[in-house]
Amino acid sequence: MSDKPKLAMYWASSCGGCEIATLNIHEHILDVDAVFDIAFFPCIADFKIKDVQGYPDGYIDVCLFNGAIRTSENEEMAHLLRQKSKVLVAFGSCAYEGCIPALSNLTTREATLNTVYLDNPTIDNPNRIFPQPVTEVPEGTLFLPVFYHTVKSLDQVVKVDYTIPGCPPEPHQIWAVLQAVVTALTQGVPLPPSGVVGASNVAVCEECPRQRNVKKIKRFYRPYEVVPDPDICLLEQGLMCLGIATRGGCGALCPQVGMGCRGCYGAVPGVEDQGAKMVTAIASVMDVGKPGELDEVKLEQEIEAIFDTIPDPAGTFYRFSMAHSILRRTRVNGYDRG
Amino acid sequence: MAEKQFEPLIIGFTCNWCSYRAADLAGMSRAKYPPNIRLIRLMCSGRMDPEFALKALRSGADGVIITGCHPGECHYLEQNYKALRRYLLLRRTLKQFGIEPERVRLIWASAAEGARLAQELTKAVEEIRALGPLSWHNVVAADGDRPLELQHLEEVAA
Repeated sequence: MSDKPKLAMYWASSCGGCEIATLNIHEHILDVDAVFDIAFFPCIADFKIKDVQGYPDGYIDVCLFNGAIRTSENEEMAHLLRQKSKVLVAFGSCAYEGCIPALSNLTTREATLNTVYLDNPTIDNPNRIFPQPVTEVPEGTLFLPVFYHTVKSLDQVVKVDYTIPGCPPEPHQIWAVLQAVVTALTQGVPLPPSGVVGASNVAVCEECPRQRNVKKIKRFYRPYEVVPDPDICLLEQGLMCLGIATRGGCGALCPQVGMGCRGCYGAVPGVEDQGAKMVTAIASVMDVGKPGELDEVKLEQEIEAIFDTIPDPAGTFYRFSMAHSILRRTRVNGYDRG
Repeated sequence: MAEKQFEPLIIGFTCNWCSYRAADLAGMSRAKYPPNIRLIRLMCSGRMDPEFALKALRSGADGVIITGCHPGECHYLEQNYKALRRYLLLRRTLKQFGIEPERVRLIWASAAEGARLAQELTKAVEEIRALGPLSWHNVVAADGDRPLELQHLEEVAA
């Protein structure tokens, strides 16, 4: 290999969308190729783990790590790549805060495996066979990674230098970050301070062109129930939008096409728990209960009736940030695990 | 020997204008309530960020009690209505995390209701005591590295 800086990109528990988003920087990928040597990138180049194990520590200059930590293999790879990389980037929502995989923290590992290996209508598993970490066969012993109870973010298992949020991160943001790294590596400019890069420091609403008035919500609608007005704030129309509690940087792409923000860029700076902020925000804009209007019992009933139109509050408010939430997971099995 | 009674740790968030004064009045008039509650004074129950409750529960509290002025009597006009809505939505969310909603409670009390607040707090403490310890720090800390034990599968409601 040449003496060009080394780039790696690895997927742990993820969907592969982050790789696609990275390749989506279009012709800039040629610049990336011109500046970097690819040291490890299972999606586009044939490397094996033993190649990485053979590198000296800190050999990889920048490693973009996407995907959450779901299995022992994910965790091993996180430790290996941390050891071999100068700069480790938590790339995308899964590595940053758990994302969709971490929604399974709202249930148990057993229930998750039951769904996957037994209960789906298309599953035929009469012997109830589940993957086992260790299996003895005549030819020897077979090993599979251990499936963890709790999905974790990358920074919960190794030290992370930078975080690029998004599900997936927007290509123009990826390119901006790569450019900053390239400048730093080629011109000796210092790297930006650790933390979140490739995103803005304000909420999605700041980037959303929809018109905002006073929010007075009488009930929520599922996206299929209404055709939203194209110009007015979606939340005002009763469509769940997490833009108010979500970091910007995406350009408010979803609200612009009539879909409420899903919250994929995570909490805004200074906020620890995106879901708690959504609870605050949603409760604040409900149009129910003026002083002296209703008695206390009736008031509570009316509020509950509105909340009934939000079918899955935890899954909605923590859709992307479960692993980073304050509570992190649901309590298991009659609350007796200690 | 009798087993030692479980003493829950409860964080109380009280509003400055009514319920904190009610708690004060309870103290001055020697109305007793259990010492399990640690009160934190907020300017208004509308200042009660759900994050406060989550942090308390994660950090070892077994319950959270929010107190505020009666509806219609808020010093800041209608912020206690927001507190009520947040509290109800928070309880729904907590349920999905496997936390009994009864661990988080909302009590209205005016500055004159010292005795009633003491009564309500006592009732709440006993009900949270009956739920047993929450031990959230153990739940979060204990996960992640146990091998599969699939012989004893059981369905657990999500």
